[in-house]
Amino acid sequence: MDFSSAKQFDLHRRMVRIRLFEEAAGRLAESNKLPGFLHLYVGEEAVASGVCGALNDDDHITSTHRGHGHLVAKGGDFNRMMAELMGKSTGYCKGKGGSMHISDTSLGMLGANGIVGAGSPIAVGAAFANKYRGKGQVAVAFFGDGSTNIGAFHEAANMACALHLPIVFACENNEYGEFTPRDKTMAITDVVDRAAGYGMPGVIVDGMDVIAVHEAAVEAVERARQGGGPSMIEAKTYRFYNHHGVQNLGLKYRSDEEVAIWKQRDPIFTFEDRMIENGVATRANFDDIWAELRADIETAIQFAEDSPYPTPDQIMVNVYTSMTGAN
Amino acid sequence: MSDDRKLTYAQAFNEAVSQMMEADPDVFCAGEDIGAFGGVFGTFAGLQAKFGEKRVVDTPISEQAIVGLGVGASVTGLRPIVDLMFMDFICVAFDQIVNQAAKLKYMFGGDATLPMTITTAGGGGLSAAAQHSQSLEALLCHIPGLKVVMPSNPYDMKGLMISCIKENNPTVMIKHKRLLGMSAPVPTEAYGIPLGKGNIIRPGKDVTIVAYARMANEAIIAAKELAEEGIDCEIIDPRTLQPLDTDLIVDSAKKTNRVVVAQEAVRFGGLGAEIASQIQELAFDYLDAPVSRIGAPFSPVPFSPALESHYIPDAKSIVKGVRDVMARR
Ligand SMILES: Cc1ncc(C[n+]2csc(CCOP(=O)(O)OP(=O)(O)O)c2C)c(N)n1
Ligand SMILES: [Mg+2]
Repeated sequence: MDFSSAKQFDLHRRMVRIRLFEEAAGRLAESNKLPGFLHLYVGEEAVASGVCGALNDDDHITSTHRGHGHLVAKGGDFNRMMAELMGKSTGYCKGKGGSMHISDTSLGMLGANGIVGAGSPIAVGAAFANKYRGKGQVAVAFFGDGSTNIGAFHEAANMACALHLPIVFACENNEYGEFTPRDKTMAITDVVDRAAGYGMPGVIVDGMDVIAVHEAAVEAVERARQGGGPSMIEAKTYRFYNHHGVQNLGLKYRSDEEVAIWKQRDPIFTFEDRMIENGVATRANFDDIWAELRADIETAIQFAEDSPYPTPDQIMVNVYTSMTGAN
Repeated sequence: MSDDRKLTYAQAFNEAVSQMMEADPDVFCAGEDIGAFGGVFGTFAGLQAKFGEKRVVDTPISEQAIVGLGVGASVTGLRPIVDLMFMDFICVAFDQIVNQAAKLKYMFGGDATLPMTITTAGGGGLSAAAQHSQSLEALLCHIPGLKVVMPSNPYDMKGLMISCIKENNPTVMIKHKRLLGMSAPVPTEAYGIPLGKGNIIRPGKDVTIVAYARMANEAIIAAKELAEEGIDCEIIDPRTLQPLDTDLIVDSAKKTNRVVVAQEAVRFGGLGAEIASQIQELAFDYLDAPVSRIGAPFSPVPFSPALESHYIPDAKSIVKGVRDVMARR
């Protein structure tokens, strides 16, 4: 597939937005300005961007504990995201969810998730509702390699196929679940091998190549939209930072060489080189984009820092939906 | 080594596991990231290096199968320790815990023995939000067939963990995340603390505070402050929640005539409700005030420190609870 230069700039922009958001979050966490756990998406930007670039605003996604990238790629607002990470009342979840539960249902982003594997069944539900309504919306379940070892994933995959739902299973295979390498927890190398067992097609793509991811996503999303049922994409990718936070804690579980090799394949920089090589963009274009988005991040940090914390009376608000329509 | 050697709560857990693995070749551990990495809380540190990959097993992210592994291995003769990283993840494994581990013996008419220990980490205070901060012990204590312990300090941790491993029934050892770094003297030899036996942490005559896990430590802080006001608190740490040392609690209630029960969990339907109910059934005529319960509000655990710090009960909540109970004529 050939993608227009506008599309290429769109995919690039999504990736840079993720990178800048995540690096800012990492810096804030290092200076103890962010409470709680922080699972950064740096290195994996091509996956969320390539997939979400194939979705409409009213399509749905479910996410994981490593969820900021998915929300950014779906159009998430920096200000509200940064405020949420700081636990402020102006955040996406009013400070109640934080990094691990960041969500925006109006963008079809049905939440990061603290429970590994829990997102996939929810995507099945969204896909069911989409088919039920018959308006051509699809759902995408983002999930890690490690999450395919949990029952929920398998039940979701099977049900999606049995009910022939408009869904795409998008695997981010970064070769680790926390601090344990994939080969210690699975006897297969390719997660996509699991797809056949449920009766859906699957493809492996280079998760560091946003065009490759996007191409596969366009095909899978169109299949789902046209009534062709579920399919799976396995993107081979890598997280550049630690499982959570920025630095390696304690024991080394990945070698410096391994990290360095993957970093050479940085999804953003390699794509920029390619766009320049193909005459689609100039270095100056990219400088402008980074500068513009950096300014957005600075604004977001300022917004979050200036925002108030929620007040204790908010603890009991939003436990239930009221029957009078008030929130 | 001297008797006042100190260990952290996490190290005390580790030493208990290590000594039991040395003593009994049938003891093994399985869980996520517990091998080379030593567990995300460091509680399994060094055990794989010491006992090998056969006995300290890194599992896939498969909570249901992890507990199932414990059920199947214990019923066929081993003595498993299976770890669920965060207590919140018991929900993922609940069928194996509630319908299998807890009930096989009974359903088989006694023809099954399950000497397995499920270890996990509960509690809030780390801004870990609603799926990584819960105190779900009441769910477990409601299930006949399970034993549940929640130690409040390193000494109890080691003794209770050893008893859990030696126990011939499924036990759940709930570590409190915020106590992992707590340091105190712990004897080097292997010792057990009987399951179902509570502990009088502080004797007193005016009011009884029943508190476990982190709240027992908050009760100690509260008692110091209350002592300055002339209120002499007796603190009881049940240590084991199932079976519960009802006698110890009721005897104390009969002596002080006033009781405050403190838990970190959501107040509604918690252990505090059970304890209060037992006291009024068995010591009604001795009570000078209704038994008071301290616990969290009826909401999920909020993320923002600005909310969580108000959400989780602490020494201040206990002080207030005691003052209210003392004010009753
Ligand atoms: C049910 C459950 N088990 C364990 C965990 C702890 N945990 C959080 S992330 C993670 C690793 C997930 O690996 P993977 O799905 O490959 O995603 P990645 O972190 O690599 O993006 C684990 C074990 C959890 N949050 N939920
Ligand atoms: Mg992974």
